Amino acid sequence: MLELIVISTLNGVLFGMLLFLMASGLTVIFSMLGVLNFAHASFYMLGAFFGFQISRWFGFWPALVIAPLLAGAIGAAVERYGLRRVHKNGHVAELLFTFGLAFAIEEVVQIIWGKSPVDFRIPPSLDFPAFTIFSTNYPAYKMFMLLVSIVIFAALLITLKKTRIGLIVQAALTHPHMVGHLGHNVGRIFRLVFGVGTALAAVAGVIAGPALVTQANMAGLLGPILFVVVVVGGLGSLPGAFVASLLIGLVQTFAVSMNGSLSGAFGPLSPDYAATWLADIWNVTIAQIAPIMPYVLLVLILIFRPMGLLGTRDT
Amino acid sequence: MRKLIMAAAIALPVFGTAAIAQETVKIAYIDPLSGGGASIGEIGLKTFQFLAEELNAKGGVLGKKVEIVAFDNKTNPQESLIQAQKAIDQGIRILTQGNGSSVAGALTDFVSKYNERNPGKEVLYFNYAAVDPVLTNEKCNFWHFRWDANSDIKMEALTNYMKTAPAIKNVYLINQDYSFGQSVRTAAKAMLGAKRPDIKIVGDELHPLLKITDFAPYIAKIKASGADTVVTGNWGQDFALLLKASADAGLKLNWYTYYAGGTGGPTAIKQANLNHQVFQVGEGIPNLDNKPSQEFEKALRAKYDFSLFYPRAVNQMRMLAAAADKAKSIDPVKVALALEGMEFDVFNGGKGNMRKDDHQFFQPIYISSLGERSEKEPFDEEKTGWGWKLIAKIEPAQTMLPTTCKMERPK
Repeated sequence: MLELIVISTLNGVLFGMLLFLMASGLTVIFSMLGVLNFAHASFYMLGAFFGFQISRWFGFWPALVIAPLLAGAIGAAVERYGLRRVHKNGHVAELLFTFGLAFAIEEVVQIIWGKSPVDFRIPPSLDFPAFTIFSTNYPAYKMFMLLVSIVIFAALLITLKKTRIGLIVQAALTHPHMVGHLGHNVGRIFRLVFGVGTALAAVAGVIAGPALVTQANMAGLLGPILFVVVVVGGLGSLPGAFVASLLIGLVQTFAVSMNGSLSGAFGPLSPDYAATWLADIWNVTIAQIAPIMPYVLLVLILIFRPMGLLGTRDT
Repeated sequence: MRKLIMAAAIALPVFGTAAIAQETVKIAYIDPLSGGGASIGEIGLKTFQFLAEELNAKGGVLGKKVEIVAFDNKTNPQESLIQAQKAIDQGIRILTQGNGSSVAGALTDFVSKYNERNPGKEVLYFNYAAVDPVLTNEKCNFWHFRWDANSDIKMEALTNYMKTAPAIKNVYLINQDYSFGQSVRTAAKAMLGAKRPDIKIVGDELHPLLKITDFAPYIAKIKASGADTVVTGNWGQDFALLLKASADAGLKLNWYTYYAGGTGGPTAIKQANLNHQVFQVGEGIPNLDNKPSQEFEKALRAKYDFSLFYPRAVNQMRMLAAAADKAKSIDPVKVALALEGMEFDVFNGGKGNMRKDDHQFFQPIYISSLGERSEKEPFDEEKTGWGWKLIAKIEPAQTMLPTTCKMERPK
């Protein structure tokens, strides 16, 4: 039992940190532009595919650097030449723009790399068990993923809290108009934030690509959960996104390892109801409903705490 | 570039419909070519194309060229019906599908309703891999033919072998959460309970179909349960990733599977170093002592970089040709009537029989394990150096489970 808890915690934290890499960019973009970037997870996918391609040519380590830069550049270009023009037509147009962009990116990726998964391998230098805990091996690559996420989290926090640019970004989060009136180039800040945000998503893509599966629908699999993280954590709140990412990572991983069901708690259902819909609900285990847990959380948060766990604005 | 795309966009549909329907026998291949099922769907497509070429080299079906037309259903039942309609609109009269009993259930209903409403324009549904028993029981119909042994037949064979392995004490079931996975789990529980009441089922897991990319949490749970054996019907990515996670965790136990040979499976098994610890039940393996099938395997491998995962597809395509010859027609109704009760020398040797009562094909079933090879096993899998070794052969007579099908035939 202890073994299960330790391993599940490790897995949960890892998944949570991966979510955070993406959610951090999304939540900042969200609160600056006031628009949910539906294409955010697509940059995660782009990162994975760029990473795959570049690692074929130059190896994994250059890919880890080049792929996010490339994706970030594309992100910045999208903000400069796409979003900013659409912005004039209001939020709905922006929303539809990112929505369409997500499909366009997926389609382009399918045209270039095909529809089936590509063979993105873990680099041999990281392909060994890092340590053995209760006779279960824990892969070194996963520890590497965890490390990268933590380093980026720390770097992000220091940049935001200790540097001038971080100060302006923080100000733009809560008072975008005021920052503009003070003479800062808000447009450039937006472009920078958009670029960095998408680059972070791409980092997540490069490191998750070999561990999970690099395929054209990977954005679709993770995208919805990202929105849950942003809403649960609270709009524009980085610590909120961090807490929510870890929470959702842990909830999903632990839910899988639980077998409890209503029939387990209250005994088997009376045979009279055995053939009805009640029997399905009665016998379903927590593990089976693990994938919908984040969405249940989303609904509950929206009802009871609309500004999110650590959010301050309730828009 | 834009002009080229425009031209292609206009030209493609024109070419598609312009192909002359009379000159070719078209078969619509409706299976996943994108998403989680794509890795296995693409191999199926290439296998069928290879088989069509084989038939064409021998003069085709009744002198007509056979052509496989691919439709991507994304492993989604609704999408499959749209694709099926598209195929029918192109004049295709034979549909084939295999991946996902959820898809098969929708498709068989669709075909049966379509044929009821469109007499004279019937279409056939050849199912090469969807093994939910209901398809040839409660949901059976005249238009559906299944070449793969259904899930209960496979479990019957598998448990007959497991019965003889005293080392099995604690069994963990992990399956995909849809009709097929649920039928595997139900059959496993019932049959193990009857044949080996001393075996304890220590876990019974259902997970979402083709959506999970990291099975580490499930592996941790299997580990914690103290199981010595896992029984799983997982296929495609769901099997390869499950084994990959198990290799990462260093989990060592015996696996009894339906589809360990699918894309990525053998690689993951080698990586986990499970030498002859992963068993598979199926209608054939490359390393059977049977000359024609070994020749075929060589030819397939010379052309593609995968091994034959669907011996049943070979039977299906060859029997289609035989049935058309027998009926002297490619009219779907006549072909279907010719297929009913047909005896056939199956690809891997021995006799098979398309049971008239439910259109379930019965054939010898083999249990094999993957690992190091001797001289008797010439073929390896996915360049791992490991190959399938024959463990047991089960004759068709031993797998003849009864059916509840009450088939209505066209008058």
